[in-house]
Amino acid sequence: MGVEGIGAKVLRKEDRRFITGRGRYVDDMSVPGMKYAAFVRSPHAHAKIASLDTSAAEAMPGVIGVLNGRQLQGDGIGNLICGWAVSSKDGTPMKMGAWPALASETVRHVGQAVAIVVADTQAQARDAAEAVMVEYGELPVVTRAVDALKDGAPQLHPEAPGNLIFDWEIGDKAATDAAFAEAAHVTKLHIHNNRLVPNPMEPRAALGLYDPAEDHYTCWTTSQNPHVARLVMSAFYNVAPEHKLRVIAPDVGGGFGSKIYIYPEEIVCLWASKRTGVPVKWTSDRTEAFLTDAHGRDHETEVEMALDADNKILALRVETVANLGAYMSLFSSATPTYLYATLLSGQYDIPAIHANVKAVYTNTVPVDAYRGAGRPEATYVVERTMETAARELGISPADFRRKNFIRSFPHQTPVIMAYDAGDFDATLNAGMEAADVAGFEARREEAKSRGKLRGLGMSCYIEACGIAPSKAVGSLGAGVGLWESAEVRVNPVGTIEILTGSHSHGQGHETTFAQLVAERFGLPVDNVQVIHGDTDKVQFGMGTYGSRSGAVGMSAIHKALDKVEAKAKKIAAHVLEADEGDIVIENGEVKVAGTDKKLGWHEVCLGAYTGHNLPDGMEPGLKEGAFYDPTNFTFPAGCYICEVEVDPETGTTDIIQFVAADDFGRVINPMIVEGQVHGGLAQGIGQALLEGTHYDESGQLTTASYMDYAMPRAWDLPMFKVSTTETLCPGNPLGMKGCGEAGAIGSPPAVINAITDAIGNNELTMPATPEKVWKALNAVR
Amino acid sequence: MYETSYHRPSSLAEATQLAAEKGDEAKYLSGGMTLIPTMKQRLAAPEALIDLRHVAELKGISVNGRLIRIGGGTTHAEVATNDEIKSVCPGFAALAGLIGDPAVRHMGTVGGSVANFDPAADYPAALLALGATIHTDKREMPADEFFQGLFETALDEGEIVTAVSFEAPDQCAYEKFRNPASRYAMCGVFVARRADGVKVGVTGSGSSGAFHWSDAESALSGNFSPEAVDGLSASEDDMIADIHGSSAYRANLVKVVTKRAVKKALAH
Ligand SMILES: Cc1cc2nc3c(=O)[nH]c(=O)nc-3n(C[C@H](O)[C@H](O)[C@H](O)COP(=O)(O)OP(=O)(O)OC[C@H]3O[C@@H](n4cnc5c(N)ncnc54)[C@H](O)[C@@H]3O)c2cc1C
Repeated sequence: MGVEGIGAKVLRKEDRRFITGRGRYVDDMSVPGMKYAAFVRSPHAHAKIASLDTSAAEAMPGVIGVLNGRQLQGDGIGNLICGWAVSSKDGTPMKMGAWPALASETVRHVGQAVAIVVADTQAQARDAAEAVMVEYGELPVVTRAVDALKDGAPQLHPEAPGNLIFDWEIGDKAATDAAFAEAAHVTKLHIHNNRLVPNPMEPRAALGLYDPAEDHYTCWTTSQNPHVARLVMSAFYNVAPEHKLRVIAPDVGGGFGSKIYIYPEEIVCLWASKRTGVPVKWTSDRTEAFLTDAHGRDHETEVEMALDADNKILALRVETVANLGAYMSLFSSATPTYLYATLLSGQYDIPAIHANVKAVYTNTVPVDAYRGAGRPEATYVVERTMETAARELGISPADFRRKNFIRSFPHQTPVIMAYDAGDFDATLNAGMEAADVAGFEARREEAKSRGKLRGLGMSCYIEACGIAPSKAVGSLGAGVGLWESAEVRVNPVGTIEILTGSHSHGQGHETTFAQLVAERFGLPVDNVQVIHGDTDKVQFGMGTYGSRSGAVGMSAIHKALDKVEAKAKKIAAHVLEADEGDIVIENGEVKVAGTDKKLGWHEVCLGAYTGHNLPDGMEPGLKEGAFYDPTNFTFPAGCYICEVEVDPETGTTDIIQFVAADDFGRVINPMIVEGQVHGGLAQGIGQALLEGTHYDESGQLTTASYMDYAMPRAWDLPMFKVSTTETLCPGNPLGMKGCGEAGAIGSPPAVINAITDAIGNNELTMPATPEKVWKALNAVR
Repeated sequence: MYETSYHRPSSLAEATQLAAEKGDEAKYLSGGMTLIPTMKQRLAAPEALIDLRHVAELKGISVNGRLIRIGGGTTHAEVATNDEIKSVCPGFAALAGLIGDPAVRHMGTVGGSVANFDPAADYPAALLALGATIHTDKREMPADEFFQGLFETALDEGEIVTAVSFEAPDQCAYEKFRNPASRYAMCGVFVARRADGVKVGVTGSGSSGAFHWSDAESALSGNFSPEAVDGLSASEDDMIADIHGSSAYRANLVKVVTKRAVKKALAH
């Protein structure tokens, strides 16, 4: 392997342009004749549209067109869809209400778009948007899912009586009930997993260009999966057939899941470009981002754990109500079901599990996958319950976990997942050592002498990523396969382009993907260009989410590299008159093992393109593609230990130490992995301590700016102590598991377990703001 | 942002003249740290912006013995880093250093903050506790009279805050408990001790803006120690209640933060 191969801390190739402000984002794109869009949005959470009058707006300076939902429907643009079919336990399919890209009859959340204005400047478009007169007939509002299920609650969609989208179950109810009947101890907990607003640094944007000469559309959009966007816009929204639609997702400044989905704005910009005859650009402002980017989490759960007299877990029973907001976003049905309840076994050998999930409509922003997507919710349920049970039983939380760890693999859980590999003792031990758990009681005493309450909390998470085997997800209702594609194009001079269906929006693919080439051929990463994010360049791809770009995306590259390597060896064997099996490629040279016969890598590549001396019948060129479909999910796991100090006078929590010991399988670039963990931890700690999303009675989002929505900042966070242990994933050729979401998945329960330990009151909901902690403390002091 | 016109006077006279011409459609612009975001959110739509940043009379800090005078156009960063203020009245310099973030401190001004009188702004707590004088282009008056209620001051239309002045106390300190989202003060307390007594200014908590906590002033005037506050409780009735904290929580903060401010003052 070269010095920049697998395991090397190669500096990120892409950072030069990001750090110097030379990234090219959608809002940086400009095409001749481009005009600007502003959306007219509902100020009400639930209302009938009585009338819509655009005449005043149309007469405003600079206005090119004002378009509404009836025109959109008239032109045959389809409603937005949810791409994963989940059925209720009685077998009935999920009940999906219609979601038009521009509402023409009813609005169901504040911020829903009802019209678009296109004008010469952004300011003119916004001025005119304010002049669009919409008369609303207000309807009653419900924002909390448990309230939406009550008799007499306001009804959102005629398709979904009682606001119930589905009532889904997993696991063996009878076996679970039987286990509870035998239990020596039952631990019960009510859990609220707070709604989060994703807040990527770059807000969403779309630029739609219709070319009448070619009858062809181009869409620049802030997407994590441009090919999926093209597929969905073609097949379901009837914007244009795929060969007449090019989707480009250039540099994208963070997504965290929120940029997976195809939103109304990009569809409407494309359609408006054809309607108005000008290219149309829209860039979300921060307020629009709060009001329209898919939110995350928002579960309320009752959990019960049954234990025998020996502290072994017998069974787990979970009842969850998931708030999906006003409409079903693209993967909204999968997140609280197959990405959530399938992880409820955690790291533990639990013989019986039954979970019931009700998905519910409310007058709030649609909820979908957000960094972790279902797995943070599952981990929070399992790890809060584990800690609570240990405390109730009076045993050490670590011993209790050890007692119940799964130790033989593969392990089939009662909730679909078959864990392929892991060593949970290893991460627990690594975590406990790094956190000096043994010395904690002394630190607690010392803190007490300063009037501070010190607490320690642990979380042993497991998650499923590397999403996902196509056959398996197909059988569970997914509308697409979840493989990945790659193409390796070797140039005549030996430099390489990797075309990938993954999309990088902060993950560092341009570096790590190049490291695979460095590893394979011993070439410098600077000789490799990673190309992604353009449907005209990359034939197809499923995009980046669910920590899949390593385990799935890089596996596809690995397969394509196998083919390139095989052909290069054939050429070299032919030229060097050696046996193909004796050819080795290293340090940029193609050699006959055990001899001094060799060719430079570039000589082999040039030979492939001159075609002067190729084996008989071989096609010239050196370019290979591959599709890789994983055989299983991958299962990253780890142990997070958080140590806090609570100020009893104000309720303020200080994180004194945070330890993350993760098993991500094989690590390609430890520096990038560390960065992913840091970011995930910041988001998880943000959820635990800071990020509260609040709707008032009338359905207004009262936390729609940073004045009221608390984002984590550097000073809220300690210096993280991160480390990795390694069990290789047997399911993919590189042995990788994925690291993109772990931090956000594992950390919230560690933080809350630490605070509840410090204050001696287990009744505490996220975000644990100073006031909430102070109140919880007052309740027990 | 709605369309607006921009004007750049270079003297106080020119600025007030412009304001008089433009009437109530005009707004002064200082650091713009409050005004510009409000305009970008389309919550304010002044037809004319009169930029005060090039008005020489508003610039500068002068320290004469223990007398401090800070021009209205002085930025928070200039206050925070001024050596003379730091040595004569370190509590005030420290307060300025806690406002917002570096970008805000390098743009935002004393005059803008005082004129805006945000219920969570930091300076008002200090100016009340210091018995400061607010100077305008027309008059001067005690801070107690100047600050009147939520975003309400004694300023007339077109009147400009030209400076604030005060005499440095014997001991003083500012303690700030931040709102977890905005990082403005959820409770900020400035204590100032002089031979003739102690003053306590509180910001971020009061439902009508910064206020004197008179119970604490009497108690601390008798015994300047954190324990003197122990027996007191701030009234919940006058406290802000919002999604970040109930009035009971804020009342608790007023007490806790006051004690910490006293402790800090004693440590200087
Ligand atoms: C991210 C952020 C964080 C912040 N955090 C804090 C904080 O922690 N604590 C805090 O106290 N403040 C905070 N602020 C507010 C900041 O201190 C502002 O600078 C200040 O409130 C207004 O000052 P300015 O010079 O920017 O005034 P502008 O925004 O320019 O003006 C504000 C108002 O005052 C008027 N005005 C301006 N100057 C004068 C004058 N000389 N005479 C009369 N009227 C005038 C304007 O017409 C306008 O109505 C924060 C602001 C931001 C953006």
